[in-house]
Amino acid sequence: MISAEKGVEKTTQEKEVDRIVVRFSGDSGDGMQLTGMQFSDTAALFGNDLSTFPDYPSEIRAPIGTVAGVSGFQVHFGSREIFTPGDEYDVIIAMNAAALKVDLPRLKQGGIIIANTAGFDKKNLNLAHYPDGADPLEDDSLENYILYKVDVTKHTKECLKETGLGMKEIERSKNMFVLGLLFWLFEKPLDHTLHFIEEKFSKKPEIANANILTLKAGWNYGENTEIFNTQFKVAPAKLQAGVYRSITGNHATAIGLIAASEKSGLPLFLGSYPITPATDILHELAKYKGNNVKTLQAEDEIAGVCSAIGASYVGNLAVTTTSGPGLALKTEAIGLATMLEIPLVIVNVQRGGPSTGLPTKTEQADLLMAMHGRHGESPLPVIAASSPSDCFNSAYEACRIAVEHMTPVILLTDGYIANGSEPWRFPTEDNLSEIKVNFLDKPNGENDTILPYKRNENLVRPWIKPGTKGLEHRIGGLEKQNETGNVSYDPLNHELMINLRAEKIKKIENDIPLLKVDSGKEKAKLVVLGWGSTSGAIKTAVLELIEDGFDVAHVHLHYINPFPKNLGELLSGFDKILIPEMNSGQLLQLIRAKYLLPAVGFSKVQGLPFTTTELKNKIIELLNS
Amino acid sequence: MDTQTIDKSINYVAKDFASEMEVKWCPGCGDYSILKQVQTVFPDLGVAKENFVFISGIGCSSRFSYYMDTYGMHSIHGRAGAIASGVKAANPDLSVWVVSGDGDSLSIGGNHFIHLMRKNFDINYLLFNNQIYSLTKGQYSPTSEKGKVTKTSPYGSIEEPFNPSELALGAKASFVARTLDRDPKHMQAILKRAHAHKGTSFVEVYQNCPVFNDAAFFAYSDKETKKEEAILLEHGMPLMFGNNNEKGIMLDGLKPFIVDLNTSGVSANDLWIHDEKDKTKANLISRFFDTMFNDTHFPRPFGVIYSEDRPIYEEGMAEQIQHIKNKKGKLSLNKILSGDKTWEILN
Repeated sequence: MISAEKGVEKTTQEKEVDRIVVRFSGDSGDGMQLTGMQFSDTAALFGNDLSTFPDYPSEIRAPIGTVAGVSGFQVHFGSREIFTPGDEYDVIIAMNAAALKVDLPRLKQGGIIIANTAGFDKKNLNLAHYPDGADPLEDDSLENYILYKVDVTKHTKECLKETGLGMKEIERSKNMFVLGLLFWLFEKPLDHTLHFIEEKFSKKPEIANANILTLKAGWNYGENTEIFNTQFKVAPAKLQAGVYRSITGNHATAIGLIAASEKSGLPLFLGSYPITPATDILHELAKYKGNNVKTLQAEDEIAGVCSAIGASYVGNLAVTTTSGPGLALKTEAIGLATMLEIPLVIVNVQRGGPSTGLPTKTEQADLLMAMHGRHGESPLPVIAASSPSDCFNSAYEACRIAVEHMTPVILLTDGYIANGSEPWRFPTEDNLSEIKVNFLDKPNGENDTILPYKRNENLVRPWIKPGTKGLEHRIGGLEKQNETGNVSYDPLNHELMINLRAEKIKKIENDIPLLKVDSGKEKAKLVVLGWGSTSGAIKTAVLELIEDGFDVAHVHLHYINPFPKNLGELLSGFDKILIPEMNSGQLLQLIRAKYLLPAVGFSKVQGLPFTTTELKNKIIELLNS
Repeated sequence: MDTQTIDKSINYVAKDFASEMEVKWCPGCGDYSILKQVQTVFPDLGVAKENFVFISGIGCSSRFSYYMDTYGMHSIHGRAGAIASGVKAANPDLSVWVVSGDGDSLSIGGNHFIHLMRKNFDINYLLFNNQIYSLTKGQYSPTSEKGKVTKTSPYGSIEEPFNPSELALGAKASFVARTLDRDPKHMQAILKRAHAHKGTSFVEVYQNCPVFNDAAFFAYSDKETKKEEAILLEHGMPLMFGNNNEKGIMLDGLKPFIVDLNTSGVSANDLWIHDEKDKTKANLISRFFDTMFNDTHFPRPFGVIYSEDRPIYEEGMAEQIQHIKNKKGKLSLNKILSGDKTWEILN
């Protein structure tokens, strides 16, 4: 052990900082995602506010050492409120040359690079396409940064040589060395990760032991060698008092659905087909069998939504989860659900498109598909989640609206918040709103007739479960006569039904909260109107500009169809409207079309979220124009 | 179907299962007979009316659900099986019947069809095979014979047809049977068998379309030809057919051949004895489809080709849920919300 080798006292200075962005970067097989998550969880448990951004390639194992195979995990943690994973990095952990090549452009001037020298041999430099003979660790190309060269591979081997483990197992432990070093660098305790290792490898004690040894060796390396002379202290954040947990967006969506099931008393059914980046919701829900959750891994996307339609028909809270290409496949069936008027929640975790596009990267380009992507006149509610923890509220609301208004609902999240995590002051059961469910149990028409499409004051039809005695009736995709639900080809009836179905969706505006200004005042020179996952970046940009004296505000949409009733009025309080979106201007079209306002769009379609700087620059540019 | 509510106090008659909707198939359509046989056998099944659910796709066949006074959903093209899987998984107590056609099941819905057979929900699947697209007015279907002249194949179809029972067996169906519209008694018996079978019961019904593909199956029902062209399968009975029941089928290894009982000296006891449980032989029987075996023309089999007891999907699902409940118990919602690791921030 390294600690045993050193006998000399060393002096380390401690520097207090309010926020830090660390980028873990390595090969897909280097365990960077796990390392990043462990570091983030530890920071969260310590009381930092944080936001994470896993950024990985779509190949499970791209060729080792190549730029294509670089897997990154970014964490932004601080002693103040954090809303984004950060624009630039303070620290890069580069496990190989390719990782450095990919991530160096976003490292701050003067930032820290911790480079695993074993990943910078000639072969790795070639694979990363550095020119022949060039070695960034040895030439002066990194002189504007603080470079720490650590042979992580060698130290890991050294500390595990007595364990009798094979080279493969030893190699696999090297991420723990890095993690231990980082814990030392940022003065974080090892306990959480020690506990994690013991649990994860409870059946393989020799692997657990190797990971623990390596983790501690990494810590000791920082503590005892002369190389590192500064430790950074990031104090706990002054967050709202309460009990917190860490949560990713997909996990929050999953438990939002379970919460809606428990509160409504409806059994939860998920029909789904694996697709990146939505699959984790299926993974998560498959674990909750003890709570009567039924998950059906369908043969395809269409069967996913169709099985959910079948489950909804017989009275379950039915959900299907997918990403853009899957939503495209499901559209015909969603049209059926619209026509049948049955509850259904469709979760679309958006990714870069069209086609296979950028499956592991983020985008917001399915908004217009969610709004209009069905045949015929088939409006349905669209809700968008704004952060990892907001996926919980959004999933819960999607269920509530679907059940109480007898309609399919599309919930839009995206890869950025689905995989990203943040601390969450989670609610308790009592804080959750009621979800009212009424199944019809006796005839609702005159002379004991059954009127499956008789509507209440909200134009909502009754939910009738097969198995209910005396209410046998047929429903289907053919146009139906008002109230009776019998097949009807009457022209005027068709128009009436089209209008009734549209009006039913519009009336949901009475059942959702009025929109409030998120940051800033209700009247300002400029408002940034956002939706979905851009929330954190917009909030940060607007708050910083307000601090700098700019007259700006932030309004964020969670309900996109129907819009909150007061959206038009709220927007009229601002001279200029800027709509940043990770698409080519889709909300922009909706706002311009509905309110005839000269809103200005700001597009970024790179598979990456907006940075705060990009937004601030654009806001200032528009203010000055 | 032991899970369904049996209400012995109600004595249903066939017309209790007829909805008020006017039946709108073409005059002479084979679908009328199927509707009648279903309505005839339903009172005998011992299932309360409210527990029947019909799920149909799109096509002439799929209007069926509107005509049954039970619960029913006329859904979208090819997806009836997928919807039915959700119905049955969510509520195993219902008696679920899928009604579909050759285009609906084997073209647009082919993927759902094979996976439904494999997963083995306790569902009854009626495939009305008329070997033509009728609702769209006469195009060749995935079961139309090669060379079929239709509006989309004016010079004859160049495609090999599916043999639905062979496909179903290949997809691991646990029950495979064939019947036809013009033999009401046979169909009634098969419907009862399908209902009694625990697992996905696949029933192919040869159904005449008098408008776009008339007489496609008459060889199996006309007096003059049926004894030569059709063979009735009965479990434990020898495979015999012919105008005077004088022909039999034997096996040479895995190769079937026809013998004449009058001239060959072979007796009925020496013939191939039908065994519904024997999958290898069921596969051979299902392939009596045309002149597949050495130019020898085999009669088309009707009856239960294969029947196997194997675990059903919804029970597996329920057992897993129960197992986890017993082992880990039900988590409280507050526990799910908090997860395992929390921390508190104090003011």
